[in-house]
Amino acid sequence: MSVDLSLDYFTLFGLPRRFGIDEAALDRAWHALQAEVHPDRHTHLSSGERSRMMQEALRVNEAFATLKKPLTRAQYLLELLGIDAGIATNTAMAPEFLMEQMEWREAVEEARLASDIDALEQLALRLRMRAGEVTARLKEQLDGGNDPDAAADTVRRLMFLDKLRRETGDALSALDS
Amino acid sequence: MALLQIAEPGMSAAPHERRLAIGIDLGTTHSLAATVKNSVAVCLADEEGRVLVPSVVHYRGDGGIEVGHAAVAAQPVDPRNTIVSVKRFMGRGLADVAHVETMPYVFEETPGMLRLRTVQGGKTPVEISAEILRALRARAEANLGGALAGAVITVPAYFDDAQRQATKDAARLAGLHVLRLLNEPTAAAVAYGLDNAAEGLYAVYDLGGGTFDLSILKLTRGVFEVLATNGNAALGGDDFDHRLYCWILDRARIAPPSATDTRRLQMKARAIKEQLTVSDEAPCQLRLDSGENVDLTVSREAFFEMTRPLVQKTLAPVRRALRDAGLAPQDIKGVVMVGGATRMPHVQRAVAGFFGQEPLTNLDPDRVVALGAAMQANALVGNRKAGDNDWLLLDVIPLSLGLETMGGLSEKIIPRNSTLPVARAQEFTTFKDGQTAMAFHVVQGERELVADCRSLARFELRGIPPMTAGAARIRVTFQVDADGLLSVAAREARTGVEASILVRPSYGLTDDEIAGMLRAGIERAGDDLAARALREQQVEAERALEATARALDADGGLLDAEEHARIAAAMEALRILIASGETARIAAGIAALARASEDFAARRMDRSIRAALAGHKIEEL
Repeated sequence: MSVDLSLDYFTLFGLPRRFGIDEAALDRAWHALQAEVHPDRHTHLSSGERSRMMQEALRVNEAFATLKKPLTRAQYLLELLGIDAGIATNTAMAPEFLMEQMEWREAVEEARLASDIDALEQLALRLRMRAGEVTARLKEQLDGGNDPDAAADTVRRLMFLDKLRRETGDALSALDS
Repeated sequence: MALLQIAEPGMSAAPHERRLAIGIDLGTTHSLAATVKNSVAVCLADEEGRVLVPSVVHYRGDGGIEVGHAAVAAQPVDPRNTIVSVKRFMGRGLADVAHVETMPYVFEETPGMLRLRTVQGGKTPVEISAEILRALRARAEANLGGALAGAVITVPAYFDDAQRQATKDAARLAGLHVLRLLNEPTAAAVAYGLDNAAEGLYAVYDLGGGTFDLSILKLTRGVFEVLATNGNAALGGDDFDHRLYCWILDRARIAPPSATDTRRLQMKARAIKEQLTVSDEAPCQLRLDSGENVDLTVSREAFFEMTRPLVQKTLAPVRRALRDAGLAPQDIKGVVMVGGATRMPHVQRAVAGFFGQEPLTNLDPDRVVALGAAMQANALVGNRKAGDNDWLLLDVIPLSLGLETMGGLSEKIIPRNSTLPVARAQEFTTFKDGQTAMAFHVVQGERELVADCRSLARFELRGIPPMTAGAARIRVTFQVDADGLLSVAAREARTGVEASILVRPSYGLTDDEIAGMLRAGIERAGDDLAARALREQQVEAERALEATARALDADGGLLDAEEHARIAAAMEALRILIASGETARIAAGIAALARASEDFAARRMDRSIRAALAGHKIEEL
């Protein structure tokens, strides 16, 4: 079997084109496709055939990485709708959201400078819950509503949160080693 | 476990025509080879029944080369020409290697990589490793009675591109066809998982002679998926020996020893370490060439105490890997212990304490990696028969890969823990008008500043037709194959000018090592972020100045003398601010220049729209 490279990522894995996905089904479909296209399965082929299969393995992994994370999955869904949620085309973010971001950021920085692991753990937990809320809203907007611009705004919020969560994780890793 | 039953492209058409394949664990302190016979993985022994080959190579004065046990005997007699733990030098420059001062070798720092001067001339770590691989190949061919179709060679999961490339080079030098470079913890997981029909989340804690890896895997229906890996490519059992060696020197109050005495003391330290795994204390008695006498007793407690920091050091990568995988210690179903150093009781205790469960020590920590590699080699070479276990390995890249961008910053192209194979592309553009070449600097590591990452390669894309700054579209593609090896291609979109390289490591960076790279990167994150913000503002300011100057050249006629002077003053002010090193003031200066040239920009926009309507291309303006 070979993978049709022209398929969109949802079709590739046999999933409905929705934000809410069955993660176990995604994992299973990914494993099944990699079992076909992974380079380990093709050591006996000619180098030309191997490099063709390589392209397919690369695309399958790219597709999986995109659909696995809520943020990239939402960005991809919007991309399929012709909407670039990138920060470059950012319309103004709501001031209260930006204010909240600044407060988060200051709290992370403060905890980092004070080497306060407990505070960072707390922040990481609160950020995870906040990201969960935003993701739930995104699911309503993308799967229920028909206001992609509102969804794009939520995606941008999730981008901010994602970055903050990464920074908090890095700060934690630095302190506990 | 229910295994995948998939079409069998790799299955041999005639099952009796078995192709000979081996797995090799090329270790810091010892190496070994294994193969699959009658569907069972077995280690290959020498005539005396010994499986482990000490990773020691002796270059003799008469031109002969001894490997393994024979070379061990030469250690104290001819230390300079007897190379131990060569794995620590793979893909490394001299500045990267710890404890050089206690090594009896004569190093040569040549461009590319370090060399060791022996009685047989300068030898690279690749050549020395190739001798070990050659010995294993000979053993395998004698044992299996034929030429090998290929071998799977294992590497520490936390090995970077340079170290992987060096390992593959060594195998080629030894005349081996490399079927795959396989990460050691993943190989161990295959051997453990298939034998025990394991399913669920597992951690592999692999403390070898010179490297430490921690991989977290999800095992489902024959798929071994690595969720995250972390480690320290310069931490292992050798470091425990070194701690003890230093302690002995200190306690015995002996002068800095000769090369021969150093080697004897180091061998003694290792023997004591091993004895303390089973005894409460061990004697240390040695008469040195210098005439001095060492007569000490080392208690288990004292040894544990002096090496506790090393054990603690392994837990940081464990926590980082769990964090990257989004898991807590209690999510892990079992912890597989790999590497001879995990025999030390205080290592096992620390791991048990961290995970809240006894680690799995029911397999031989010295052999499990080679056995897993042999199983994978057997599958890759096409020896699987219908009904045999079938499995799939989905491994990851341990360290992020990036490119140097303006201001010495690393732009991450492929993040750590991406599943292999992986390819990512990113577009870059020219910084100056008429720029016809672009230099790329490929780096690996988590830090923000390029100077703190490992330099992997540099290459140039030439022949870009002259265009306005920012007009060229250069697409750079990073591709990492299933061996974890990187290739990079760059292409200018409009003209199709291309450059591509298989990354050949440039080794010799004076980087303070992958070991602490991630941790250090995060520790210094505060500094990095501040430095990054400053550099970004400086680059931004230079861009603004260049754009304004270009606009004045082209359309200065749109301004009267007063307007011209106001813009010139704002430019001068910004130039001074760039050197101030104060991020906020530079940002303010950029904003001031933008305000001063607001009207000018509007007038230019009008003009260019008119010009575009008149049939000119807007990019030219």
